[in-house]
Amino acid sequence: MQALYAQLLVGLINGSFYALLSLGLAVIFGMLNIINFAHGALYMMGAFVAYFLLNLGGINYWWALLFAPIIVGIFGMILERTMLQWLTGLDHLYGLLLTFGIALIVQGVFQNYFGSSGLPYAIPDQLKGGMNLGFMFLPVYRGWVVIFSLVVCIATWFLIEKTRLGAYLRAATENPTLVRAFGVNVPRMITLTYGLGVGLAALAGVLSAPINQVRPLMGADLIIVVFAVVVIGGMGSIMGSIITGFALGVIEGLTKYFYPEASNTVVFVLMVLVLLVKPTGLTGRAA
Amino acid sequence: MTALTDDTLPVTPRTIRDEMIVFVVMALLLASVPFTGVYPFFVMQALCFALLACAFNLLIGYGGLLSFGHAMFLGTAGYCSAHALKVWALPPELGILVGVAGAFVLSLITGYISIRRQGIYFSMITLALSQLLYFIYLQAPFTHGEDGIQGIPQGRMFGVFDLTKPTVLYYVVLVGFLAGFLLIFRIINSPFGEVLKAIRENEPRAISLGYRTDQYKFLAFVLSGTLAGFAGALKVFVAQNASLTDVHWSMSGEVVLMTLVGGLGTVFGPVVGAFVIIAMQQYLAGFGQWVTVIQGSIFVICVLTFRRGVIGEIAHYFRRSL
Repeated sequence: MQALYAQLLVGLINGSFYALLSLGLAVIFGMLNIINFAHGALYMMGAFVAYFLLNLGGINYWWALLFAPIIVGIFGMILERTMLQWLTGLDHLYGLLLTFGIALIVQGVFQNYFGSSGLPYAIPDQLKGGMNLGFMFLPVYRGWVVIFSLVVCIATWFLIEKTRLGAYLRAATENPTLVRAFGVNVPRMITLTYGLGVGLAALAGVLSAPINQVRPLMGADLIIVVFAVVVIGGMGSIMGSIITGFALGVIEGLTKYFYPEASNTVVFVLMVLVLLVKPTGLTGRAA
Repeated sequence: MTALTDDTLPVTPRTIRDEMIVFVVMALLLASVPFTGVYPFFVMQALCFALLACAFNLLIGYGGLLSFGHAMFLGTAGYCSAHALKVWALPPELGILVGVAGAFVLSLITGYISIRRQGIYFSMITLALSQLLYFIYLQAPFTHGEDGIQGIPQGRMFGVFDLTKPTVLYYVVLVGFLAGFLLIFRIINSPFGEVLKAIRENEPRAISLGYRTDQYKFLAFVLSGTLAGFAGALKVFVAQNASLTDVHWSMSGEVVLMTLVGGLGTVFGPVVGAFVIIAMQQYLAGFGQWVTVIQGSIFVICVLTFRRGVIGEIAHYFRRSL
C-alpha cells in the first residue's frame, strides 16, 4: 500500500504541473488564439531562473517563487510584443509554428551551455523532511507542491471568472473589437494575458526544480503530454483544465503502480479513447 | 481558415505545362548527380526527406491540415521494412511493400482518430499520437529500443539491381522519389485534389455543396501517411538502419520546417526545402546544439517574414503556380 500512496502522490504532483501548464495554455489560447508550443521551454526557463537566482544572486527559493514567474513573464511579454502580435488574423497554425521555433531556440541555447544532464536544486530548509501520516510517509516538499499549485490554480480561476479584470478578459476573448470600442486597451490586455500564462508555466518550473532537477529538455516532452491533456479536457473552461490536469496526473500515478510499462503512454491512450467516444473533449465545446 | 490562403498560397490558375517543364528539369538534374561528383549519399538522403515533405505538404498545403506527427509514418515504415529485410530476409521490393503497408495501416488508424478534430487540435492530436508510438517503439522488442535495427542488408531489387552499389541504389531511390512525386502531382491535379482545396478554402461551403468533407480529409490523410511511409521505406536502404530518431517529434518538426522553407502548398517547395535543410545539417554538423537554435530561428523568420517560402516567393514574383 505504501508504494501505491507514493505513486498517487507522484501522480498528484505531475497533475499539478499538468494543471498549471494546461491552465496557462487555455488562458493564452482564449486571448491570442495561439497554441503556445513554447510553453514547455518557458517552464524550463522558470526552473533555470530559480537556479540562477540561487547560485548567482543568493536569492532563495521563496523569492524565486515570486521573481522567476515575473522575469519569465516579462520575457514572454517581450516575445508577444516583438513577434506574436504580428500573427493576429493569420491562421492558427502560424502561431504554433512560431512558438515551436521559439521553443527550439530557447532549448537549444540552454542545451549548449548546460548539456542535457540535470543541475541539482536543493529543497528549502523549511520544507525539508517529512511527516508520518499513519498510512504513509509524506515528504513535506511534495505535499507543499500539490497544495500550493492547487491554491494558484483556484486563484487564477477566481481572477478570470470572478473579478472585473477577468470579466474584461472574457469579454475580449468573445469580441475584442467591441471591448476596444468601450475604451479597454485590448492589445495591452493580450500582452498581459500572455505574461500571465507564461508566468504560470515558469511557476510550475520553479516548483519542479527541487523534484525533477533543472534540465534544458525538462519541458520538451512534458509539453506534448500537456497537449494531450488539453485535447482531453478542451480549452473552453478554466476549471475544466484544472480538474483534467489533476485527474490525469492521478491516473498516470495509478498506472505507474498497477502497470508501469504503460505509465508513459496512458495519457495518450486516454486521449484516443476520449476522441473516439466524445470527439469534442470532455468539456465539450467544439473548436 | 482564410488567412492561410490570402497571404501565402498561390491563387493564380494552375498551369500544368509550367510545372511539367520544371519537373523534367528537376528530374534531369537529379539524374545527372552521379556524374557530377556530388556525394550521392547526401542527395539520396535529401530525396527521401523531399518525398516525406511532399507527402506532408499534400495534407497541409492542399488539405489545410497541419500534422505535427508525420515522423510516425517515416519511422513505422522504416521499422517494418527493416524488420522484413533483416529478420524475414525478404527481397528489397517486398521489404518496401511491407513498410508501405505498415504506414498505410497506421494512417488508417491515426487518421480515423485525428480527423475528428479540426485546426489546432488536429496538430496536437497527431503530435500526441506520434509520441504514443514513440514510447511503444521504445519498449517494443522488435525495434531494439535505443539501438534501433542496424546492419540492414540491401540486397538485389527484383533479383537484378544490386543495391550495395551506390550508383544503382541512387537511381532506385531517384525512381522511387520521382514516382511518389508524380503520384502526388496527379492527386493535386485530380478532381479529388480540387475538392480538397475547396475544403481548405471554405469547409462550410464545401459541405453545403454536398461533399462529405470528413471522408475527403481522411483519404488525404491516408494518402499522405502512406506516401510518407514510402519515403521511410526508401530511407532504410540509404541509412541501413531504422532508429528512434525517425519517430521522434523533432523529426516531425523538421518535416514541417522543410515544407515551410520551400513553400507551403507549392508543388516543388518541399523538395527545395528538404535539400536546404539537409544541406544545412551536413555543413553545420560541427556546431552541435546550435543547429537546433538555427532551425528554430529559421522557423521564426519564415513565419514572421517569409510565409510563402522560397518557391512560393518565386511563383508569386512570376505570377505562376509552381
